[in-house]
Amino acid sequence: MAAFPAVLQSEWTKVRSVRSTVWTLAVTFLIVVAMGFALSLVIKLNYDQFTEHNTTPFDATATSLSGISLGELAIVVFGVLAVGNEYSSGMIRVSLAAVPQRGVLMGAKTAVLGALAFAVSLVTVFAAFFLGQVALGKYNTGLGEPNVLRAVFGAACYLTLLCLFSVGVTMMLRNQVLSLGILIPFFFLVSPILAIIPVVKTWVRYFPDQAGRTALEVFPTSDHPYGPWTGLLICAAWTAAALLGGYLVLKKRDA
Amino acid sequence: MIELHHLTKRYGDKLAVDDLSFRIPEGVVTGFLGPNGAGKSTTMRMILDLDQPTSGKVTINGRSYAAIQDPLRQIGALLEAKSVHPGRTAYDHLLWMAQSNRIPRQRVDQVLEVVGLTAVAKKRARGFSLGMGQRLGIASALLGDPQILMFDEPVNGLDPEGIVWIRKLMKSLAAEGRTVFVSSHLMSEMALTADHLVVIGRGRLLADLPMAEFIKRNSRSAVRLRTPHQEQLLDALRGAGLTADPGPDGSWEVTDGDPVLLGDLAAAHNITLHELSPQQASLEEAFMQMTADSVEYRTDGTAVPVLEQQPAWGAGWDARNKSGKES
Repeated sequence: MAAFPAVLQSEWTKVRSVRSTVWTLAVTFLIVVAMGFALSLVIKLNYDQFTEHNTTPFDATATSLSGISLGELAIVVFGVLAVGNEYSSGMIRVSLAAVPQRGVLMGAKTAVLGALAFAVSLVTVFAAFFLGQVALGKYNTGLGEPNVLRAVFGAACYLTLLCLFSVGVTMMLRNQVLSLGILIPFFFLVSPILAIIPVVKTWVRYFPDQAGRTALEVFPTSDHPYGPWTGLLICAAWTAAALLGGYLVLKKRDA
Repeated sequence: MIELHHLTKRYGDKLAVDDLSFRIPEGVVTGFLGPNGAGKSTTMRMILDLDQPTSGKVTINGRSYAAIQDPLRQIGALLEAKSVHPGRTAYDHLLWMAQSNRIPRQRVDQVLEVVGLTAVAKKRARGFSLGMGQRLGIASALLGDPQILMFDEPVNGLDPEGIVWIRKLMKSLAAEGRTVFVSSHLMSEMALTADHLVVIGRGRLLADLPMAEFIKRNSRSAVRLRTPHQEQLLDALRGAGLTADPGPDGSWEVTDGDPVLLGDLAAAHNITLHELSPQQASLEEAFMQMTADSVEYRTDGTAVPVLEQQPAWGAGWDARNKSGKES
Protein backbone atom coordinates (compact mmCIF):
# COMPACT_ATOMS: atom_id res chain seq x y z
CA MET A 1 0.00 0.00 0.00
CA ALA A 2 1.16 3.45 -0.81
CA ALA A 3 1.61 5.55 2.29
CA PHE A 4 -1.22 8.03 2.66
CA PRO A 5 0.88 10.96 3.98
CA ALA A 6 3.29 10.50 1.06
CA VAL A 7 0.42 10.59 -1.41
CA LEU A 8 -1.01 13.68 0.31
CA GLN A 9 2.30 15.43 -0.15
CA SER A 10 2.43 14.31 -3.75
CA GLU A 11 -1.09 15.59 -4.45
CA TRP A 12 -0.18 18.90 -2.85
CA THR A 13 2.80 19.19 -5.19
CA LYS A 14 0.50 18.50 -8.13
CA VAL A 15 -1.99 21.17 -7.18
CA ARG A 16 0.53 23.88 -6.32
CA SER A 17 2.63 23.36 -9.45
CA VAL A 18 0.08 24.39 -12.04
CA ARG A 19 -0.99 27.92 -12.76
CA SER A 20 -4.69 27.15 -13.07
CA THR A 21 -4.81 26.62 -9.30
CA VAL A 22 -3.55 30.11 -8.61
CA TRP A 23 -5.73 31.93 -11.07
CA THR A 24 -8.97 30.08 -10.43
CA LEU A 25 -8.64 30.61 -6.69
CA ALA A 26 -7.53 34.23 -7.10
CA VAL A 27 -10.51 34.86 -9.36
CA THR A 28 -12.81 33.26 -6.78
CA PHE A 29 -11.47 35.62 -4.13
CA LEU A 30 -11.62 38.70 -6.33
CA ILE A 31 -15.12 38.13 -7.65
CA VAL A 32 -16.65 37.33 -4.28
CA VAL A 33 -14.95 40.21 -2.48
CA ALA A 34 -15.25 42.84 -5.21
CA MET A 35 -18.83 42.02 -6.13
CA GLY A 36 -19.87 41.92 -2.49
CA PHE A 37 -18.21 45.25 -1.84
CA ALA A 38 -19.69 46.92 -4.92
CA LEU A 39 -23.20 45.67 -4.24
CA SER A 40 -23.00 46.69 -0.62
CA LEU A 41 -21.94 50.15 -1.69
CA VAL A 42 -24.74 50.46 -4.23
CA ILE A 43 -27.30 49.33 -1.67
CA LYS A 44 -26.05 51.75 0.96
CA LEU A 45 -26.40 54.61 -1.50
CA ASN A 46 -29.87 53.55 -2.60
CA TYR A 47 -31.06 51.89 0.58
CA ASP A 48 -34.67 53.08 0.53
CA GLN A 49 -35.29 52.04 -3.05
CA PHE A 50 -33.86 48.58 -2.43
CA THR A 51 -35.73 47.86 0.74
CA GLU A 52 -39.12 49.40 0.11
CA HIS A 53 -40.72 46.16 -1.13
CA ASN A 54 -38.84 43.86 1.24
CA THR A 55 -41.00 41.49 3.22
CA THR A 56 -38.13 40.42 5.45
CA PRO A 57 -35.54 42.47 7.29
CA PHE A 58 -32.58 43.70 5.27
CA ASP A 59 -29.86 41.01 5.25
CA ALA A 60 -26.53 42.80 5.47
CA THR A 61 -24.63 39.49 5.57
CA ALA A 62 -26.19 38.11 2.40
CA THR A 63 -25.57 41.42 0.66
CA SER A 64 -21.88 41.35 1.44
CA LEU A 65 -21.69 37.72 0.27
CA SER A 66 -23.72 38.23 -2.91
CA GLY A 67 -20.57 37.80 -5.00
CA ILE A 68 -20.75 34.08 -4.27
CA SER A 69 -23.39 33.55 -6.96
CA LEU A 70 -20.73 34.36 -9.54
CA GLY A 71 -17.58 33.51 -7.61
CA GLU A 72 -18.75 29.96 -7.02
CA LEU A 73 -18.23 29.34 -10.72
CA ALA A 74 -14.52 30.07 -10.37
CA ILE A 75 -14.09 27.56 -7.57
CA VAL A 76 -16.07 25.03 -9.62
CA VAL A 77 -13.58 25.62 -12.45
CA PHE A 78 -10.75 25.06 -9.96
CA GLY A 79 -12.19 21.70 -8.93
CA VAL A 80 -12.79 20.62 -12.53
CA LEU A 81 -9.35 21.60 -13.78
CA ALA A 82 -7.49 20.14 -10.80
CA VAL A 83 -8.68 16.63 -11.65
CA GLY A 84 -9.69 17.07 -15.29
CA ASN A 85 -6.19 17.92 -16.42
CA GLU A 86 -5.04 14.44 -15.43
CA TYR A 87 -7.44 12.98 -17.94
CA SER A 88 -6.84 15.47 -20.74
CA SER A 89 -3.07 14.99 -20.54
CA GLY A 90 -3.10 11.22 -20.04
CA MET A 91 -1.33 11.78 -16.73
CA ILE A 92 -3.94 9.73 -14.89
CA ARG A 93 -2.08 6.60 -16.04
CA VAL A 94 1.12 7.89 -14.50
CA SER A 95 -0.77 8.73 -11.31
CA LEU A 96 -2.30 5.28 -11.11
CA ALA A 97 0.99 3.58 -11.91
CA ALA A 98 2.53 5.51 -9.00
CA VAL A 99 -0.43 4.93 -6.67
CA PRO A 100 -2.36 1.90 -7.89
CA GLN A 101 -4.66 1.88 -4.86
CA ARG A 102 -7.57 3.90 -6.24
CA GLY A 103 -9.00 4.68 -2.83
CA VAL A 104 -5.72 6.10 -1.55
CA LEU A 105 -5.24 8.26 -4.63
CA MET A 106 -8.81 9.51 -4.60
CA GLY A 107 -8.79 10.11 -0.84
CA ALA A 108 -5.57 12.09 -0.91
CA LYS A 109 -6.70 14.12 -3.89
CA THR A 110 -10.04 14.94 -2.31
CA ALA A 111 -8.42 15.83 1.00
CA VAL A 112 -5.87 18.17 -0.58
CA LEU A 113 -8.34 19.88 -2.91
CA GLY A 114 -10.96 20.13 -0.17
CA ALA A 115 -8.52 21.59 2.34
CA LEU A 116 -7.21 24.15 -0.13
CA ALA A 117 -10.70 25.09 -1.30
CA PHE A 118 -11.86 25.46 2.30
CA ALA A 119 -8.89 27.64 3.27
CA VAL A 120 -9.37 29.93 0.30
CA SER A 121 -13.14 30.02 0.84
CA LEU A 122 -12.76 30.97 4.50
CA VAL A 123 -10.42 33.84 3.70
CA THR A 124 -12.65 34.91 0.83
CA VAL A 125 -15.97 34.95 2.67
CA PHE A 126 -14.60 36.69 5.76
CA ALA A 127 -12.87 39.29 3.61
CA ALA A 128 -16.07 39.79 1.65
CA PHE A 129 -18.13 40.03 4.81
CA PHE A 130 -15.94 42.61 6.55
CA LEU A 131 -15.38 44.73 3.45
CA GLY A 132 -19.08 44.54 2.66
CA GLN A 133 -19.97 45.76 6.16
CA VAL A 134 -17.59 48.68 5.73
CA ALA A 135 -19.31 49.56 2.46
CA LEU A 136 -22.77 49.26 3.99
CA GLY A 137 -21.91 51.84 6.63
CA LYS A 138 -24.79 52.39 9.02
CA TYR A 139 -26.82 49.48 7.62
CA ASN A 140 -24.13 46.96 8.53
CA THR A 141 -24.21 44.03 10.86
CA GLY A 142 -21.62 42.20 12.96
CA LEU A 143 -20.49 38.62 13.50
CA GLY A 144 -22.00 38.80 16.98
CA GLU A 145 -25.56 39.21 15.65
CA PRO A 146 -27.73 36.09 15.57
CA ASN A 147 -26.97 33.66 12.76
CA VAL A 148 -24.38 35.92 11.13
CA LEU A 149 -21.31 33.87 11.99
CA ARG A 150 -23.14 30.72 10.92
CA ALA A 151 -24.02 32.33 7.60
CA VAL A 152 -20.46 33.44 6.87
CA PHE A 153 -18.96 30.12 7.96
CA GLY A 154 -21.72 28.32 6.06
CA ALA A 155 -20.72 30.23 2.94
CA ALA A 156 -17.20 28.84 3.17
CA CYS A 157 -18.56 25.30 3.64
CA TYR A 158 -20.92 25.83 0.72
CA LEU A 159 -18.11 26.90 -1.63
CA THR A 160 -15.95 23.96 -0.55
CA LEU A 161 -18.74 21.45 -1.06
CA LEU A 162 -19.54 22.87 -4.48
CA CYS A 163 -15.87 22.55 -5.43
CA LEU A 164 -15.71 18.92 -4.29
CA PHE A 165 -19.01 18.17 -6.01
CA SER A 166 -17.36 19.34 -9.24
CA VAL A 167 -14.34 17.18 -8.48
CA GLY A 168 -16.59 14.14 -8.19
CA VAL A 169 -18.52 14.95 -11.35
CA THR A 170 -15.28 15.42 -13.30
CA MET A 171 -13.96 12.09 -12.06
CA MET A 172 -17.13 10.47 -13.28
CA LEU A 173 -17.04 12.15 -16.68
CA ARG A 174 -13.23 11.94 -17.01
CA ASN A 175 -13.28 14.97 -19.29
CA GLN A 176 -12.76 18.54 -18.15
CA VAL A 177 -14.37 20.24 -21.13
CA LEU A 178 -17.49 18.14 -20.79
CA SER A 179 -17.56 18.74 -17.04
CA LEU A 180 -17.28 22.50 -17.42
CA GLY A 181 -19.89 22.40 -20.17
CA ILE A 182 -22.33 20.74 -17.81
CA LEU A 183 -21.51 22.27 -14.43
CA ILE A 184 -21.19 25.94 -15.38
CA PRO A 185 -24.52 26.21 -17.21
CA PHE A 186 -26.12 24.13 -14.50
CA PHE A 187 -25.06 26.37 -11.63
CA PHE A 188 -25.26 29.62 -13.53
CA LEU A 189 -28.44 29.15 -15.57
CA VAL A 190 -30.40 25.96 -15.14
CA SER A 191 -30.62 25.84 -11.38
CA PRO A 192 -31.41 29.57 -10.81
CA ILE A 193 -34.00 29.58 -13.60
CA LEU A 194 -35.73 26.39 -12.48
CA ALA A 195 -35.72 27.74 -8.93
CA ILE A 196 -38.24 30.45 -9.87
CA ILE A 197 -40.59 28.27 -11.89
CA PRO A 198 -43.54 27.56 -9.58
CA VAL A 199 -44.13 23.81 -9.76
CA VAL A 200 -40.54 22.78 -10.44
CA LYS A 201 -39.07 24.81 -7.64
CA THR A 202 -40.22 22.46 -4.89
CA TRP A 203 -37.83 19.94 -6.41
CA VAL A 204 -35.09 22.37 -7.31
CA ARG A 205 -34.80 23.22 -3.63
CA TYR A 206 -32.98 19.94 -3.23
CA PHE A 207 -30.36 20.73 -5.88
CA PRO A 208 -26.87 20.96 -4.34
CA ASP A 209 -26.45 24.69 -4.87
CA GLN A 210 -30.00 25.68 -3.86
CA ALA A 211 -29.84 23.55 -0.73
CA GLY A 212 -26.36 24.73 0.21
CA ARG A 213 -27.30 28.38 -0.20
CA THR A 214 -29.76 28.20 2.66
CA ALA A 215 -26.74 28.06 4.96
CA LEU A 216 -26.00 31.65 3.93
CA GLU A 217 -29.31 33.08 5.05
CA VAL A 218 -29.40 35.01 8.28
CA PHE A 219 -33.18 35.32 8.30
CA PRO A 220 -35.13 32.20 7.40
CA THR A 221 -36.77 33.94 4.49
CA SER A 222 -37.60 31.33 2.02
CA ASP A 223 -40.32 28.79 2.15
CA HIS A 224 -37.79 26.02 2.43
CA PRO A 225 -38.96 22.98 4.36
CA TYR A 226 -35.50 22.63 5.92
CA GLY A 227 -33.12 24.80 7.91
CA PRO A 228 -29.64 26.09 7.07
CA TRP A 229 -27.70 23.14 8.50
CA THR A 230 -29.99 20.63 6.84
CA GLY A 231 -29.48 22.53 3.60
CA LEU A 232 -25.74 22.22 3.99
CA LEU A 233 -26.18 18.52 4.73
CA ILE A 234 -28.20 18.03 1.56
CA CYS A 235 -25.42 19.75 -0.36
CA ALA A 236 -22.89 17.52 1.39
CA ALA A 237 -24.91 14.44 0.46
CA TRP A 238 -24.76 15.46 -3.20
CA THR A 239 -21.03 15.97 -2.88
CA ALA A 240 -20.53 12.61 -1.22
CA ALA A 241 -22.58 10.94 -3.94
CA ALA A 242 -20.55 12.63 -6.70
CA LEU A 243 -17.27 11.65 -5.06
CA LEU A 244 -18.45 8.09 -4.56
CA GLY A 245 -19.45 7.96 -8.21
CA GLY A 246 -16.06 9.32 -9.16
CA TYR A 247 -14.36 6.70 -7.04
CA LEU A 248 -16.35 3.88 -8.59
CA VAL A 249 -15.52 5.08 -12.09
CA LEU A 250 -11.85 5.32 -11.15
CA LYS A 251 -11.94 1.83 -9.70
CA LYS A 252 -13.97 0.06 -12.34
CA ARG A 253 -13.00 1.66 -15.60
CA ASP A 254 -9.76 1.19 -17.50
CA ALA A 255 -7.49 4.18 -17.22
CA MET B 1 9.87 -11.55 -12.42
CA ILE B 2 6.74 -10.64 -14.36
CA GLU B 3 4.48 -13.51 -15.26
CA LEU B 4 1.36 -13.38 -17.38
CA HIS B 5 -1.16 -16.12 -16.78
CA HIS B 6 -3.78 -16.63 -19.50
CA LEU B 7 -4.22 -12.89 -19.79
CA THR B 8 -7.27 -11.95 -21.85
CA LYS B 9 -8.80 -8.59 -22.63
CA ARG B 10 -12.00 -8.18 -24.55
CA TYR B 11 -13.41 -4.89 -25.81
CA GLY B 12 -16.97 -5.57 -26.86
CA ASP B 13 -16.74 -8.44 -29.32
CA LYS B 14 -13.10 -7.77 -30.10
CA LEU B 15 -10.39 -9.75 -28.39
CA ALA B 16 -7.47 -7.39 -27.88
CA VAL B 17 -5.42 -9.85 -25.87
CA ASP B 18 -6.14 -13.53 -26.23
CA ASP B 19 -5.01 -15.99 -23.57
CA LEU B 20 -1.50 -14.62 -23.30
CA SER B 21 0.90 -16.49 -21.05
CA PHE B 22 4.61 -15.83 -20.80
CA ARG B 23 7.22 -14.72 -18.34
CA ILE B 24 9.62 -11.89 -18.86
CA PRO B 25 13.16 -13.13 -18.26
CA GLU B 26 15.18 -11.24 -15.69
CA GLY B 27 18.27 -9.21 -16.35
CA VAL B 28 17.95 -9.00 -20.12
CA VAL B 29 16.25 -6.83 -22.72
CA THR B 30 13.09 -8.50 -23.91
CA GLY B 31 11.57 -7.18 -27.09
CA PHE B 32 7.79 -7.25 -27.19
CA LEU B 33 7.01 -7.31 -30.83
CA GLY B 34 3.90 -7.23 -32.89
CA PRO B 35 2.22 -5.30 -35.66
CA ASN B 36 0.22 -2.20 -34.78
CA GLY B 37 -2.94 -3.19 -32.98
CA ALA B 38 -1.55 -6.53 -31.84
CA GLY B 39 -2.33 -5.75 -28.20
CA LYS B 40 1.11 -4.71 -26.95
CA SER B 41 0.03 -1.52 -25.21
CA THR B 42 -3.06 -3.16 -23.75
CA THR B 43 -0.88 -5.91 -22.32
CA MET B 44 1.49 -3.39 -20.79
CA ARG B 45 -1.39 -1.44 -19.27
CA MET B 46 -2.71 -4.65 -17.73
CA ILE B 47 0.71 -5.39 -16.23
CA LEU B 48 0.47 -2.02 -14.48
CA ASP B 49 -3.09 -2.66 -13.39
CA LEU B 50 -4.32 0.30 -15.41
CA ASP B 51 -6.66 -1.87 -17.44
CA GLN B 52 -8.46 -4.77 -15.88
CA PRO B 53 -8.10 -8.10 -17.66
CA THR B 54 -11.30 -9.80 -18.76
CA SER B 55 -9.71 -12.95 -17.40
CA GLY B 56 -6.29 -14.15 -16.37
CA LYS B 57 -3.79 -12.26 -14.28
CA VAL B 58 -0.35 -10.76 -14.07
CA THR B 59 2.01 -11.30 -11.16
CA ILE B 60 5.11 -9.32 -10.37
CA ASN B 61 7.40 -11.30 -8.10
CA GLY B 62 4.34 -13.31 -7.23
CA ARG B 63 2.11 -10.36 -6.39
CA SER B 64 -0.33 -8.20 -8.26
CA TYR B 65 0.81 -4.69 -9.14
CA ALA B 66 -1.72 -3.05 -6.83
CA ALA B 67 -0.31 -4.98 -3.88
CA ILE B 68 3.18 -3.57 -4.29
CA GLN B 69 4.33 -1.01 -1.75
CA ASP B 70 5.76 2.02 -3.58
CA PRO B 71 5.56 0.38 -7.02
CA LEU B 72 7.78 2.94 -8.76
CA ARG B 73 10.69 1.54 -6.79
CA GLN B 74 10.14 -1.84 -8.43
CA ILE B 75 8.79 -1.12 -11.88
CA GLY B 76 9.40 1.97 -13.95
CA ALA B 77 7.28 2.43 -17.02
CA LEU B 78 7.18 4.69 -20.03
CA LEU B 79 3.72 4.26 -21.44
CA GLU B 80 3.18 7.05 -23.89
CA ALA B 81 5.05 10.23 -24.49
CA LYS B 82 3.84 13.36 -22.76
CA SER B 83 1.59 11.98 -20.08
CA VAL B 84 2.44 15.22 -18.35
CA HIS B 85 0.36 18.25 -17.49
CA PRO B 86 1.46 20.82 -20.07
CA GLY B 87 1.57 23.56 -17.46
CA ARG B 88 3.76 21.70 -14.98
CA THR B 89 7.54 21.82 -15.04
CA ALA B 90 9.63 18.73 -15.65
CA TYR B 91 11.00 19.03 -12.12
CA ASP B 92 7.59 19.26 -10.47
CA HIS B 93 6.29 16.37 -12.54
CA LEU B 94 9.07 14.14 -11.27
CA LEU B 95 8.77 15.59 -7.77
CA TRP B 96 5.16 14.57 -7.25
CA MET B 97 5.95 11.10 -8.53
CA ALA B 98 8.93 10.83 -6.19
CA GLN B 99 6.93 12.02 -3.20
CA SER B 100 4.10 9.57 -3.83
CA ASN B 101 6.55 6.65 -3.59
CA ARG B 102 8.82 8.10 -0.88
CA ILE B 103 11.73 8.48 -3.25
CA PRO B 104 14.28 11.06 -2.04
CA ARG B 105 14.05 14.46 -3.70
CA GLN B 106 17.67 14.44 -4.89
CA ARG B 107 16.82 11.47 -7.09
CA VAL B 108 14.78 13.92 -9.25
CA ASP B 109 17.92 15.89 -10.06
CA GLN B 110 19.80 12.67 -10.73
CA VAL B 111 17.37 11.31 -13.31
CA LEU B 112 17.05 14.71 -14.98
CA GLU B 113 20.82 14.59 -15.36
CA VAL B 114 20.70 11.04 -16.77
CA VAL B 115 18.23 11.96 -19.50
CA GLY B 116 19.86 15.29 -20.21
CA LEU B 117 16.97 17.54 -19.17
CA THR B 118 18.69 19.43 -16.35
CA ALA B 119 18.77 22.65 -18.36
CA VAL B 120 15.00 22.63 -18.92
CA ALA B 121 14.02 21.19 -15.53
CA LYS B 122 12.15 24.34 -14.53
CA LYS B 123 10.47 24.80 -17.90
CA ARG B 124 6.83 23.91 -18.36
CA ALA B 125 6.27 20.71 -20.34
CA ARG B 126 4.07 22.58 -22.84
CA GLY B 127 7.14 23.71 -24.75
CA PHE B 128 8.79 20.29 -24.88
CA SER B 129 9.45 18.59 -28.20
CA LEU B 130 8.41 14.98 -28.69
CA GLY B 131 11.95 13.89 -27.96
CA MET B 132 12.14 15.92 -24.75
CA GLY B 133 8.76 14.53 -23.68
CA GLN B 134 10.08 11.03 -24.29
CA ARG B 135 13.18 11.77 -22.23
CA LEU B 136 11.02 13.06 -19.41
CA GLY B 137 8.97 9.86 -19.61
CA ILE B 138 12.16 7.83 -19.35
CA ALA B 139 13.31 9.94 -16.41
CA SER B 140 10.07 9.10 -14.64
CA ALA B 141 10.59 5.40 -15.37
CA LEU B 142 14.10 5.54 -13.89
CA LEU B 143 13.00 7.65 -10.91
CA GLY B 144 12.55 4.84 -8.39
CA ASP B 145 15.75 3.06 -9.49
CA PRO B 146 13.59 0.03 -10.29
CA GLN B 147 14.72 -3.48 -11.09
CA ILE B 148 12.17 -3.78 -13.89
CA LEU B 149 11.67 -1.26 -16.67
CA MET B 150 8.93 -1.19 -19.26
CA PHE B 151 9.02 0.99 -22.33
CA ASP B 152 6.15 1.20 -24.80
CA GLU B 153 7.46 2.14 -28.23
CA PRO B 154 10.23 4.32 -26.81
CA VAL B 155 11.77 5.29 -30.12
CA ASN B 156 8.54 6.52 -31.66
CA GLY B 157 9.02 9.98 -33.04
CA LEU B 158 12.63 10.28 -31.97
CA ASP B 159 15.40 11.61 -34.13
CA PRO B 160 18.32 9.29 -34.99
CA GLU B 161 20.40 10.66 -32.12
CA GLY B 162 17.59 9.94 -29.67
CA ILE B 163 17.12 6.44 -31.04
CA VAL B 164 20.78 5.62 -30.53
CA TRP B 165 20.58 7.06 -27.02
CA ILE B 166 17.60 4.88 -26.08
CA ARG B 167 19.26 1.81 -27.55
CA LYS B 168 22.38 2.39 -25.46
CA LEU B 169 20.33 3.16 -22.38
CA MET B 170 18.36 -0.07 -22.60
CA LYS B 171 21.52 -2.11 -23.07
CA SER B 172 23.24 -0.44 -20.16
CA LEU B 173 20.18 -0.98 -17.95
CA ALA B 174 20.24 -4.69 -18.77
CA ALA B 175 24.00 -4.75 -18.23
CA GLU B 176 23.30 -3.51 -14.70
CA GLY B 177 21.22 -6.63 -14.23
CA ARG B 178 17.84 -4.98 -14.69
CA THR B 179 14.93 -6.47 -16.56
CA VAL B 180 13.96 -4.40 -19.58
CA PHE B 181 10.69 -5.05 -21.39
CA VAL B 182 10.32 -2.94 -24.48
CA SER B 183 7.60 -2.97 -27.11
CA SER B 184 8.08 -2.15 -30.72
CA HIS B 185 6.58 -2.82 -34.10
CA LEU B 186 10.01 -2.61 -35.71
CA MET B 187 11.92 -5.85 -35.87
CA SER B 188 15.06 -4.10 -37.05
CA GLU B 189 15.05 -1.97 -33.90
CA MET B 190 14.67 -5.00 -31.66
CA ALA B 191 17.43 -6.89 -33.46
CA LEU B 192 19.84 -4.27 -32.22
CA THR B 193 18.73 -4.23 -28.61
CA ALA B 194 16.80 -7.30 -27.54
CA ASP B 195 18.21 -10.52 -26.17
CA HIS B 196 14.88 -12.19 -25.93
CA LEU B 197 11.75 -11.88 -28.00
CA VAL B 198 8.07 -12.17 -27.34
CA VAL B 199 6.03 -11.83 -30.50
CA ILE B 200 2.28 -11.37 -30.51
CA GLY B 201 -0.24 -10.92 -33.28
CA ARG B 202 -3.94 -10.21 -32.80
CA GLY B 203 -3.42 -10.59 -29.08
CA ARG B 204 -2.08 -14.12 -29.35
CA LEU B 205 1.39 -15.34 -28.50
CA LEU B 206 3.27 -16.20 -31.65
CA ALA B 207 6.76 -16.69 -30.27
CA ASP B 208 8.63 -16.53 -26.98
CA LEU B 209 12.28 -17.33 -27.46
CA PRO B 210 15.82 -15.97 -27.42
CA MET B 211 16.61 -13.54 -30.20
CA ALA B 212 19.21 -15.82 -31.80
CA GLU B 213 16.77 -18.69 -31.80
CA PHE B 214 14.14 -16.51 -33.41
CA ILE B 215 16.46 -15.56 -36.21
CA LYS B 216 17.54 -19.13 -36.74
CA ARG B 217 14.05 -20.48 -36.69
CA ASN B 218 12.27 -17.89 -38.71
CA SER B 219 14.65 -16.55 -41.24
CA ARG B 220 14.89 -18.30 -44.56
CA SER B 221 18.39 -19.18 -45.52
CA ALA B 222 19.34 -20.18 -49.00
CA VAL B 223 22.40 -20.57 -51.18
CA ARG B 224 22.41 -18.50 -54.33
CA LEU B 225 24.00 -20.03 -57.40
CA ARG B 226 24.81 -18.24 -60.62
CA THR B 227 26.11 -19.99 -63.67
CA PRO B 228 26.23 -19.63 -67.46
CA HIS B 229 25.23 -23.32 -67.66
CA GLN B 230 21.78 -23.17 -66.21
CA GLU B 231 20.36 -26.38 -67.65
CA GLN B 232 23.29 -28.49 -66.48
CA LEU B 233 23.07 -27.00 -63.03
CA LEU B 234 19.38 -27.71 -62.67
CA ASP B 235 19.90 -31.25 -63.90
CA ALA B 236 22.74 -31.78 -61.44
CA LEU B 237 20.61 -30.43 -58.59
CA ARG B 238 17.69 -32.59 -59.55
CA GLY B 239 20.02 -35.56 -59.69
CA ALA B 240 21.12 -34.81 -56.15
CA GLY B 241 17.50 -34.54 -55.03
CA LEU B 242 17.63 -30.76 -54.57
CA THR B 243 15.30 -28.11 -55.90
CA ALA B 244 16.10 -24.53 -56.77
CA ASP B 245 13.94 -21.44 -56.95
CA PRO B 246 14.66 -18.69 -59.44
CA GLY B 247 16.52 -15.82 -57.79
CA PRO B 248 17.25 -12.34 -59.05
CA ASP B 249 19.10 -11.74 -62.36
CA GLY B 250 18.95 -15.28 -63.62
CA SER B 251 20.39 -16.82 -60.45
CA TRP B 252 18.98 -19.84 -58.64
CA GLU B 253 18.49 -20.28 -54.95
CA VAL B 254 18.57 -23.53 -53.01
CA THR B 255 16.63 -23.13 -49.79
CA ASP B 256 18.50 -24.38 -46.73
CA GLY B 257 21.31 -25.47 -49.04
CA ASP B 258 24.80 -26.29 -47.90
CA PRO B 259 27.38 -24.20 -49.77
CA VAL B 260 30.08 -26.89 -49.40
CA LEU B 261 27.87 -29.58 -50.84
CA LEU B 262 26.66 -27.38 -53.67
CA GLY B 263 30.20 -26.29 -54.59
CA ASP B 264 31.32 -29.89 -54.68
CA LEU B 265 28.29 -30.85 -56.74
CA ALA B 266 29.02 -28.17 -59.32
CA ALA B 267 32.67 -29.18 -59.48
CA ALA B 268 31.75 -32.84 -59.92
CA HIS B 269 29.62 -31.91 -62.94
CA ASN B 270 32.19 -29.47 -64.30
CA ILE B 271 29.81 -26.55 -64.01
CA THR B 272 31.37 -23.10 -63.83
CA LEU B 273 29.90 -21.05 -60.99
CA HIS B 274 29.90 -17.26 -61.11
CA GLU B 275 28.37 -17.01 -57.71
CA LEU B 276 27.96 -19.26 -54.71
CA SER B 277 26.67 -17.23 -51.81
CA PRO B 278 24.73 -18.02 -48.65
CA GLN B 279 21.66 -15.76 -48.32
CA GLN B 280 20.04 -14.86 -45.06
CA ALA B 281 16.58 -13.33 -45.06
CA SER B 282 16.38 -10.10 -43.11
CA LEU B 283 14.87 -10.08 -39.65
CA GLU B 284 12.14 -7.82 -40.89
CA GLU B 285 11.17 -10.56 -43.34
CA ALA B 286 11.24 -13.15 -40.60
CA PHE B 287 8.97 -11.01 -38.47
CA MET B 288 6.56 -10.31 -41.31
CA GLN B 289 6.50 -13.97 -42.17
CA MET B 290 5.55 -14.81 -38.63
CA THR B 291 2.88 -12.17 -38.23
CA ALA B 292 1.59 -12.24 -41.79
CA ASP B 293 -1.69 -13.84 -40.84
CA SER B 294 -2.24 -11.65 -37.85
CA VAL B 295 -1.65 -8.20 -39.24
CA GLU B 296 -4.54 -6.09 -38.09
CA TYR B 297 -4.44 -3.16 -40.43
CA ARG B 298 -3.20 -3.60 -43.92
CA THR B 299 -4.04 -1.70 -47.05
CA ASP B 300 -5.62 -3.81 -49.75
CA GLY B 301 -3.60 -4.75 -52.74
CA THR B 302 -0.26 -3.95 -51.20
CA ALA B 303 0.06 -7.07 -49.12
CA VAL B 304 3.59 -7.64 -47.97
CA PRO B 305 5.17 -10.46 -49.92
CA VAL B 306 5.25 -13.49 -47.71
CA LEU B 307 8.17 -15.83 -47.75
CA GLU B 308 7.28 -19.41 -47.17
CA GLN B 309 9.63 -22.12 -46.08
CA GLN B 310 8.70 -24.43 -48.90
CA PRO B 311 11.54 -26.31 -50.54
CA ALA B 312 9.68 -27.29 -53.69
CA TRP B 313 9.15 -24.42 -55.93
CA GLY B 314 5.79 -25.08 -57.39
CA ALA B 315 4.48 -25.67 -53.88
CA GLY B 316 6.18 -22.49 -52.73
CA TRP B 317 4.32 -20.42 -55.27
CA ASP B 318 1.02 -22.01 -54.41
CA ALA B 319 1.46 -21.37 -50.71
CA ARG B 320 2.57 -17.85 -51.42
CA ASN B 321 -0.50 -17.06 -53.49
CA LYS B 322 -2.77 -18.74 -51.05
CA SER B 323 -1.50 -16.87 -48.02
CA GLY B 324 -1.59 -13.65 -50.04
CA LYS B 325 -5.28 -14.11 -50.63
CA GLU B 326 -6.07 -15.05 -47.09
CA SER B 327 -4.54 -12.05 -45.47
